[in-house]
Amino acid sequence: MTLAINTLLWLVVGTLAFIAASRGRPLLSDGVRVGTMEFLLLLPRICIGVIGSGFIAEALPNEWVAPWLGPESGFLGVIIATIGGALTPGGPVVGFSIGAAALKSGAGAPQVIAYTTAWALYAIHRLLIWEVPMMPARIVWLRATVSLPLPFIAAALAMLLARP
Amino acid sequence: MTKPISPRRRRAFDWSTATIAALACAAAATVYIRDGHERFLTILLGDVTLFAEVLPKVLAGCLIGAFVTLLLPRELVARWVGHESGFTGLLIAAFFGFLLPGGPITIYPVAGAFLVMGADAGAVVAFIVSWTLIGYTRALVWELPFFGSEFVIWRIAEALPLPVIAGVLARIAIRAGFGGTTK
Repeated sequence: MTLAINTLLWLVVGTLAFIAASRGRPLLSDGVRVGTMEFLLLLPRICIGVIGSGFIAEALPNEWVAPWLGPESGFLGVIIATIGGALTPGGPVVGFSIGAAALKSGAGAPQVIAYTTAWALYAIHRLLIWEVPMMPARIVWLRATVSLPLPFIAAALAMLLARP
Repeated sequence: MTKPISPRRRRAFDWSTATIAALACAAAATVYIRDGHERFLTILLGDVTLFAEVLPKVLAGCLIGAFVTLLLPRELVARWVGHESGFTGLLIAAFFGFLLPGGPITIYPVAGAFLVMGADAGAVVAFIVSWTLIGYTRALVWELPFFGSEFVIWRIAEALPLPVIAGVLARIAIRAGFGGTTK
């Protein structure tokens, strides 16, 4: 699985690099430079988040997480996860670290999906910091309103299509 | 043709990361004191292995994002999305949400350009939701290291209909008079 995904990804990278090179060397070197810089800047955050979420999951007693967010928590767990997602401040490292820690310490997959979906779609601080200054206000509120049911739909689909 | 890209200004460290780092240190100390030296090392080794395994994918994600940004002029995308209407319009908007890399600073201006080029609010909503939920750079760079590829693929498969659902809901809301004037 990992090998197949890696091969596919690097084939895509190779194809894009080839297209860029055929349009000129500067384009190729720009792409490599920008992509590598982005990677180097992200590394520390991902490292802290991935290693951190492992320890946070281990430190959290399973008896705390499972009753509220475990696979048996059902729809109530999905509601709790959705509200938690909407209220989680901070960038991706926060949302994904918490989601991963919850999953490792006994939360159900549909509940974690509801959490990350809600966090991605309507974390309130992100709406205010990014979306409101850059988009017409009407579109922002329209987008936020129609996004409200999406974490529940995602969790329902996750319950239907059981995890492999 | 080669538009200068406006890279999202990122520092290697920020408050979000600092908070998680502090939480992680407290959790690591708890595990060390409660469960002992060996358990601590087992977890650390497991997580470091996980992190190392995911690095080639994260690098590939960053490079794909950089090349797509350079090769796909955003005005062209805006024109495509702006000129399509109906259900096809929603599908195309959702597709570009999946395809376009970048953070909020690059995505929202593109969404704004769709409106200028004549796209309706439904298409713009489908685009933003798609970028948020099924955008591959976000999934590769952020989600994969934390959740592993199987979980991420499965989650994205379930999220596939959501951008179009959001777009349709947005159109219904507008027709019902949400936010006053349309377009």
